[in-house]
Amino acid sequence: MTAPAASATQGAPATLLRRVLLQGRYESLTMLRNGEQLILAVVLPLLVLVGLTVTPFLDGFGASRINVAVPGILALCAMSTAFTGQGIATGFDRRYGVLRFLSTTPLGREGLIAGKVLAVLAVLCLQVAVVTLVALPLGWQPPASGWLPGLLLLALGAVAFTALGLLVAGTVRPEATLAITNLLWILLGALGGIVIPAGRLPAVAQQVVHYLPSGALGEAMREAFLHGSLNSGAALILLLWTVLAGAAAIRWFKWN
Amino acid sequence: MLRVVNGVSFVAERGQVTALLGANGAGKTTTIECAQGLQKRNGGSISLLGQDPGRAGADLRSRVGVMLQDGGLPPSARPIPLLRHIAGMYARPRSVDELVERLGIDTFARTTVRRLSGGQKQRLALAAALIGNPEVLFLDEPSAGLDPQSRQLVFELISELRATGMGIILTTHLMDDAQRLADYVYIIDAGRNVAEGTVPQLLQRDPAVEAGADHIRTLVFEAPPGLDFTGVLPQAIAVSETRAGSYVAMGALTPHDLASLTAWWAAHDVMPGSMSLAARSLEDVFLDISGKDIR
Repeated sequence: MTAPAASATQGAPATLLRRVLLQGRYESLTMLRNGEQLILAVVLPLLVLVGLTVTPFLDGFGASRINVAVPGILALCAMSTAFTGQGIATGFDRRYGVLRFLSTTPLGREGLIAGKVLAVLAVLCLQVAVVTLVALPLGWQPPASGWLPGLLLLALGAVAFTALGLLVAGTVRPEATLAITNLLWILLGALGGIVIPAGRLPAVAQQVVHYLPSGALGEAMREAFLHGSLNSGAALILLLWTVLAGAAAIRWFKWN
Repeated sequence: MLRVVNGVSFVAERGQVTALLGANGAGKTTTIECAQGLQKRNGGSISLLGQDPGRAGADLRSRVGVMLQDGGLPPSARPIPLLRHIAGMYARPRSVDELVERLGIDTFARTTVRRLSGGQKQRLALAAALIGNPEVLFLDEPSAGLDPQSRQLVFELISELRATGMGIILTTHLMDDAQRLADYVYIIDAGRNVAEGTVPQLLQRDPAVEAGADHIRTLVFEAPPGLDFTGVLPQAIAVSETRAGSYVAMGALTPHDLASLTAWWAAHDVMPGSMSLAARSLEDVFLDISGKDIR
């Protein structure tokens, strides 16, 4: 055997688009093959959906329990995948030097982050499909005019939560990322206005949750899928979280 | 500001293996991570293929292959899909199949990265660094964790890649690696260059050699502990018992000295458990330069 001969034409990068698409596909498949991630991304949101349709928590906010529950569950899916799932994966990739290695390939740091956002959006599409397929037979009746503002804000929420997840993953140890993102998933899920509307929360919480990414996304999703309208206040708050968390992540993210 | 490296400079040519040699913590990894663009530097200048790696884009990265000390491969991945994924980042990658066969990766193709042995991980990381067909290859401690067979395989490949004109930069704390592979060696200690040269040049740095005694040898042998060799060998050759029963004689040993020593053994009925004679090694040079203190 001889060494693979260097070809006359030396190394050159694939196009940026191809690199980002490849990384997005690779990371989505990695997420989907991970059992814990699947539980977090699909199983838990579906359990919460069933729980909310058999309990009276949501009575009085809309025509039926399921109509109020599903928009919040979609928001919860975005938080699962973008914040907790992706945050934990990135935290451990950082520990094992995967981020450093990939940033020495033509993919680079920017391509790596773009690939992660893409993977989050791809998994989120699958989650929306699964939740919709489960919710429709249970009697979910979304207004047709709700899909455009709903999906737009869901994507914006996912980007905001991705930025937050990267901020946590890039600044603390992976074990701490695991603890923080799981704990926040539970706290924000229960009390952050994401699946349970602010009106049903304690008075103190009501003032705060509108400004949280969870509360803003939950409100915006219910507004879209109950009334078919775009909640621009909530959109602005999500945009602010994206910019702040993104800037903080760029400033403080440690690659090794 | 932490100054880990302050006063290291090196030049690596195409078609050569350049080694940065130093103890753990000497600043080797910091130095090459700056050269790879992985760490921001506070000062100094670096030119890699004519560009500043700190500001490099995908074009430069596609011409440079990197094997990190910890591998940097995702634990849940399987070797071949991972290599295919990385190959996709390049416009004209090497053949994955060829690298897989050459580095014996096919023997553990079904195993996830997390379950690979140290040597298997190193071979996979080397394949990942080579997949883009780079002009420059950085290897951080390439023989760490390699069993003798893998080490032989990797060393042969490095030599062949050098022959194709690739510029190879490796860091190591193993003198043997540098002695076997490197065309040019920089010895780094406490973040500074302390010596440089080809291996033969470095071996001749000995004061005794400069004084004209060019037959410096080290004789190591094992014998019953507590023997007194006073008067057996000339005064200039120090015999020391480095640990109980293990003796080292170093200096300009002559055939006559060896005869005296073995005659003494015969007279005292001493049969050594082992003995070896070696020319001065890079390790001796390194210890002379950077001191024998553990830090």
